[in-house]
Amino acid sequence: MNSFTLTQATAADEAVRDLASHDGAAYLGGGTNLVDLMKYNLTRPTHLTSLGLLPLADITSLPDGGLRLGALATNADTAWHPEVEKRYPLLSQTILAGATPQLRNAATNGGNLNQRTRCYYFYDLATPCNKREPGTGCSALTGPNRVCGVLGTSESCIATHPSDMCVALAALEAVVRVQGPDGERTIKFEDYHRLPGDKPEADNTLKAGELVTAIDLPEEGYADHFTYLKLRDRSSYAFALVSVAVGLKMNGSTIEKARFAVGGVAHKPWRDQEAEQLLEGQTASPDLFRKVATKVFAEAKGYGEGSLHNSFKIELGKRAIVRALKQAVEMDYEVNSNAFLNSNP
Amino acid sequence: MSQTIATPPTVRLDSDVIGKPINRTEGPAKVSGAAKYAAEFDVTGPLWYGYIVSSPVAKGKITKIHAEEVLAIPGVQRVFSHENVPSLAWFDRAYKDDVAPGGSPFRPLHEPEIMFSQQPVALVVAETFELARYAASVLRIEYDVEKHNTDLESSIGEAFDAPKGKTGFLPPPKPKGDMNKAFADAPHKVAGEYIHRAQHHNPMEMFATTVDWLGDGKKMKIYDKTQGAPNVQQYIAKIFGLSKDEARIISKYTGGGFGAGLRPQYQVFLAVMAALELEHSIRVVMNRSQMFSMGYRPHTLQKLRLAADDLGHLQAIEHKALAETSQFENETETVVNWSAILYDAPNTNFDYQLTKLDLNTPADMRAPGAATGSFALESAIDELSYEAGKDPLEFRLLNYTYEDPSENKPFTSKRLDDCYHEGAARFGWEKRNPAPRSMRDEKGLLVGWGVAAGCWDASTQKAAAKAVLTADGHLTVSSATNDQGAGTYVIMTQMAAQTLGLPMSQVTFNLGDTDMPAAPVQGGSWTANSVGAAVKNACQEIGKKLLKLAQKMDDSPLAGVDFEDVQFVDGHLRTNEDITRSVAIADVLAASGEAKLEADGKAGPNPLNMLKYSMHSHNAAFVEVKVDEDLGTIHVTRVVNAVAAGRIMNPKTARSQVLGGTVWGVSMALMEETYLNKDLGRYVNHNYAEYHIPTNADIHKIDVIFVEEEDDIASSIGVKGVGEIGMLGVAAAIANAVYHATGKRVRELPLTIDKLL
Repeated sequence: MNSFTLTQATAADEAVRDLASHDGAAYLGGGTNLVDLMKYNLTRPTHLTSLGLLPLADITSLPDGGLRLGALATNADTAWHPEVEKRYPLLSQTILAGATPQLRNAATNGGNLNQRTRCYYFYDLATPCNKREPGTGCSALTGPNRVCGVLGTSESCIATHPSDMCVALAALEAVVRVQGPDGERTIKFEDYHRLPGDKPEADNTLKAGELVTAIDLPEEGYADHFTYLKLRDRSSYAFALVSVAVGLKMNGSTIEKARFAVGGVAHKPWRDQEAEQLLEGQTASPDLFRKVATKVFAEAKGYGEGSLHNSFKIELGKRAIVRALKQAVEMDYEVNSNAFLNSNP
Repeated sequence: MSQTIATPPTVRLDSDVIGKPINRTEGPAKVSGAAKYAAEFDVTGPLWYGYIVSSPVAKGKITKIHAEEVLAIPGVQRVFSHENVPSLAWFDRAYKDDVAPGGSPFRPLHEPEIMFSQQPVALVVAETFELARYAASVLRIEYDVEKHNTDLESSIGEAFDAPKGKTGFLPPPKPKGDMNKAFADAPHKVAGEYIHRAQHHNPMEMFATTVDWLGDGKKMKIYDKTQGAPNVQQYIAKIFGLSKDEARIISKYTGGGFGAGLRPQYQVFLAVMAALELEHSIRVVMNRSQMFSMGYRPHTLQKLRLAADDLGHLQAIEHKALAETSQFENETETVVNWSAILYDAPNTNFDYQLTKLDLNTPADMRAPGAATGSFALESAIDELSYEAGKDPLEFRLLNYTYEDPSENKPFTSKRLDDCYHEGAARFGWEKRNPAPRSMRDEKGLLVGWGVAAGCWDASTQKAAAKAVLTADGHLTVSSATNDQGAGTYVIMTQMAAQTLGLPMSQVTFNLGDTDMPAAPVQGGSWTANSVGAAVKNACQEIGKKLLKLAQKMDDSPLAGVDFEDVQFVDGHLRTNEDITRSVAIADVLAASGEAKLEADGKAGPNPLNMLKYSMHSHNAAFVEVKVDEDLGTIHVTRVVNAVAAGRIMNPKTARSQVLGGTVWGVSMALMEETYLNKDLGRYVNHNYAEYHIPTNADIHKIDVIFVEEEDDIASSIGVKGVGEIGMLGVAAAIANAVYHATGKRVRELPLTIDKLL
């Protein structure tokens, strides 16, 4: 870690100006990822614009019936917020499936969107990694890549986005509000993260100096039919091998509206709108769910066999989608109760 | 039916201290933060910090170190590398520690050659930790990279028989009968190949050394994270040509070791070297990634063939193992011998080989060899029980060994059968439907019940202790042993209190300082037994002195009494025959006018008994798993672990040891694996986020049963030790339970989701 200067901004526009006026500056939110990255010498900002004092930690109802999540509200405060629990239980459940209580208490919503991949090679300076150092190659293509992706990958990068929360935000069709040197704008969640292509160093579509100020949830929260199914190597503090966030609107046994996203398999939370369409207007059935799951992974590409490599995620992903859809329809499943241990509402 | 040939212990251990669940004496210091670990000690004068630079390549040679660039940074004091390391001891034997394997030990910064990825190549010393870490991160080093080989599977052709050279290593037992013919002819048989890859110990506390440069010649206080201060001292003293007075090693608390701290690690070498060269206090702490640069449980391939006759009696046992080692040392484990101790057959064949790869030397890791061997053995035994149409537990009892077939010696004690019976009763084994895939829970998950046994050495090492009884009646006992969390502090306090009949509050036990009498490294489950006997002997010597002094008192009620006829109870000496013939220890001390009484005690193995007997602890683990077959998830919902390990000195700390061992078994079965990228010759999941061990959420009900054995042959104090035995059997029992649940036999650990899809 290198030496750096730090400014504590008190307003979003001030933070944007502060960052723009320093070379090599970075925004510091909860610090749960950035500080790690600095300790690993993956990033060496010479100036930090601290966001801790910005008035962006509130969660407020919107006139259109939606809910605004402040970028600086912590993951824990978001998950346990009464409006989130009541109207967007999918988001609450998903946040609580991630990390640990300690991390969720510190991590912010804005930071959750902007966390970097957990690909082994990205964190290990001794290894080639196109995302960390463009042009050096991808060690994951042939090496152990259990954490890596099978959808939307490229020959330059097969890293995944590690967030749980973002998988639910994708399914909920959230909108990201950002502020930058050129003013404010909104980004649809499906457009926020990007696929690696030949530019894996870019995780998202933020422009230089832009700051996430809020995440807006639309009115529909699928509070009656939802689930977040997370499959991982241990019951807590592990990133998803495969996860599925589902929100459904049901009319009897007919699915009126379906939104879902898959985590742990791609450079972004993976939504397949054609697959969602296959569900809508149909009667829920195992066959239908299998058809949908097959559609989602039709173009998947695995990178090697055996437990160190990730081809198994294609079959696991299909099974996870089938199970998650079933859970959301029936709403008779056990939430990973472990996620709630030691949590402080 | 148990077979116990040992007579009851002659040592009086019937008071209210030994065998009682007494809290750790060091507990309050640990939970309040008062307990200081190696990287937390203050030093006299300013402290500088060394940060280790690790090689990014697995094989090659350093061609250039741009040290001048970081030396230009204000506050950076020195960059140590092979280019400027001082001239040190030349011969390999100076670098051999007490538990080194055969071969040529690694010498940090000795030469430009790189022999394994993450090999330490430089130490950057600076005035603050942050500066040292930063300077280390920008130190440019150029390498001439050579092609490496870290692939065990493709190097099987280069395997060789594991040579002797490491203390405690047993070569494979000699073959018996005609294995191939017996296997071919047998009606019931199984053959399988078992795999686990490297696992790293990952104790919570990083390896760290703080050298307090005392400014008096070369005298140093060296605070080190280790499982054995004396072992570090002789290593450091030999390499740097120091006296024991100059190289005092202190290790009061150890935040877990599990075998990683048996051998001196390279940070202690680097810290001492830097302190001597700079004549300055130094601290060197590894980072978490570097915790993956040291020894590990080696990737091992095993092949087993077992056969039984129509009645289910074993007719053939073949167990072969191939493990990786480094290019420079032959780390050996006892892997296959357990198959010849737990079971017997007229036809056997055993084989244990190594292959050299461009990796660091493996190291002992909790139940080394036995954890590896017993997973394969107990999986195969389970498989054969189904082939033979027997209940897995019944099959084990049918093939129970009452003598140790590997050496044709009687066991000093072996109550594994009672472990089976008591464990089965507690678990409810009789309710088990034997058919695979026959049991489900109320939610429809497949349920499987499995059992497996374990076996570990009950060994004694040379140890010494010193006891000092002061005029105020306080007893202080010390030994340079270690407590990596095992409960050594409290059980040694119990032993001393018991021997002299003093309350626990009047006894202090100190450890972890080479100014104290020597003790072996804490490993092999031998500390309780070896150091315990030395403590007992030291205290008995104090007792003899007390008796002599008591007999000098006017009208002594103990006049003419032999020591053997005296007991120490409630702070008094009294005769066994007439407890009213009694003198208070306080009165003896007061009458004597002595300021303090001192005595030394020693203990060690009994070579005659070792020749005559086989000495082992045993356990039986019963496991329930629940499997979500569609998703491949496995949860270990219940474990009963029944352990026969001689006398249990403290059921509370011993239970904690077995709980920890059980969790370790769950970890080995379901999670632990260091991923090796063969292209890079490098482990890649070198952090706590990606190297998975269980969280609280993964651990459910664990029930520990101690089946006590009276055995004064295995140990003069009847103790066999519980450090290792608790983890044995657990991994195999889980794999066996998964088979019972799903009908799928998985022979590759860990049992991750993908293996059940």
